[in-house]
Amino acid sequence: MPGTLIIAEAADGAVAPHSFELLAAGRALADQGGGAVSALVAGDESLAQSLFEHGADAVYLAPAGSLDPGYAETGAGAALAACEAADANVVLMGQTSVGRDLGPLMAFKLNTAVAMECVGLTIDGGRLRATRSCYGGNANAEVTWRGDVQIATLKPKAWDALAPDAGRSGAVTAIDATGEQRVRVVSTEAAEATGIRLEDADVVVSGGRGLGDPSAFGMMEDLAGLLGGATGASRAACDLGWYPPSQQVGLTGKTVTPNLYIAVAISGASQHMAGMSGSKNIVAVNRDPDCNMVQVSRFAVVEDYKKVVPALIDAIKALD
Amino acid sequence: MNIVVCVKQIPDPETPASQFAVDEAAKRVIPAQGIAPVVNPYDPQATEAALRLKDAAGEGKITVISLGEDSARDAIKHALAMGADEGVLLSDPDFENIDNFQTAVALSRAIEKIGDVDLVLMGRASADWDMGVAPLGVAEQLEIPCVTIAKSMELDGDTLTVERVLDDGFQTVEVDLPAVVSISNEFGEPRYPQLRQIMLAAKKTVQVWSADDLELEDDEAGEDNRWLELEALYIPQVESNVEIIEGDSPEEQARNLALKLREAKLI
Repeated sequence: MPGTLIIAEAADGAVAPHSFELLAAGRALADQGGGAVSALVAGDESLAQSLFEHGADAVYLAPAGSLDPGYAETGAGAALAACEAADANVVLMGQTSVGRDLGPLMAFKLNTAVAMECVGLTIDGGRLRATRSCYGGNANAEVTWRGDVQIATLKPKAWDALAPDAGRSGAVTAIDATGEQRVRVVSTEAAEATGIRLEDADVVVSGGRGLGDPSAFGMMEDLAGLLGGATGASRAACDLGWYPPSQQVGLTGKTVTPNLYIAVAISGASQHMAGMSGSKNIVAVNRDPDCNMVQVSRFAVVEDYKKVVPALIDAIKALD
Repeated sequence: MNIVVCVKQIPDPETPASQFAVDEAAKRVIPAQGIAPVVNPYDPQATEAALRLKDAAGEGKITVISLGEDSARDAIKHALAMGADEGVLLSDPDFENIDNFQTAVALSRAIEKIGDVDLVLMGRASADWDMGVAPLGVAEQLEIPCVTIAKSMELDGDTLTVERVLDDGFQTVEVDLPAVVSISNEFGEPRYPQLRQIMLAAKKTVQVWSADDLELEDDEAGEDNRWLELEALYIPQVESNVEIIEGDSPEEQARNLALKLREAKLI
């Protein structure tokens, strides 16, 4: 009976946490009749144990480095071989630098399709059905596959990893196949960590066109500074030249997932939501109680930001 | 040097959520009243990337392709006004509601029909379906390599050096042409079409090619031949759990918000 293959990623000798989420998704499919869950990982055999503990029934080991970012051509060869060896008709991988390339590449090589950044999966009549977000989060699409093999990349943090079970184990099989790598990787460097990067900030305060005045960003910076956070802006505000494009949050800007996102005078067009809807707690300051940003918020103040934000700065200072 | 840039016309991603509507039976987005479709926001950067390479080389031809309805002409015209040389519109009733696999097949046939193409550039994804699959698909169809999410490019002979954006860093890669490269917003501001160029663009030719012109088989285009079936399209019911912070004055509202944030351990 066909099963599920997950493409695990590893760095610094350990399996990436997101790969355990893939295993949890695979196990949920197995519970619905989706068959055994196999995992492909590149590197040392020592990686296999944590994959078993988090839900893998079998592990396939590809040569070290063959599933690194930039090596999708190499990795596709290994993934196709593992897919066949595992008799998988569902292949799951992360919506990561690796999966973004590997998913489409595998799909086109197997004459099938790929659904990117899925947030839900079910087995329906023995076939996979996936839910994914589109139109900047304004709509959900549910898709199925015509081809035999059904490939999906999964949005990080959309599934919870299973608690490890040290009693689980299984067989480890080496995969020697790799694809021809035409893209030559020269160097890979981690992003520099100077100051608080917007993407890393625990708190982000963003302003939009509704501020009506570029100087109001000083107020946003004051609030962000007080909270140890970073300042962002909507595309509309950046296009007006009110704030540097490097600080733009949204579809064509940065994607942020802070613990606290304070949206000031931003209505919540999909362009902006695409960059911040993963924030854990959203606070809106907006005069329009019906706007999208207020609706998706945890807390909202429906008032003129010019009166609220300075008072909020004072109130937070007074807390200490 | 022959460069092809693929562009797409999409519903404006700045459309307020309140005006976004879906025809669930037809599984299509209903165009918002009074909000014109726009060029996919990543695509002008792909055109900009092509223009910078052409400027640096001092020669070359840039052909813009768009697959879509007649309104896709506007996306082509925009690229022509930026400085691209020729346009091709892939238009056919059988191109409506096709998936990205079918789109990649049609685009690759058009690229083959243009002939002797050295480099294909596309935006990193389209902001409607947001898949980012087409660049890899076109490359696979043409049996050439693909580099995704580029932030800068430099050409030396036949070797293209590309700096690309990763989830947590950057990567430099080299690839020999011909190749496909998808361009990210980090590439930098696209040039703004000047009035004179807009007028010149009006005179540039836009050819229209059908499925037959691309010699597509009957089962390659057409909504019924999708590889990824669209089973449902709907606006998700976001359960609003918003707590509106009350108060007799903005100052009191701000104080109450600060207290709520402290209580929730968010500050």
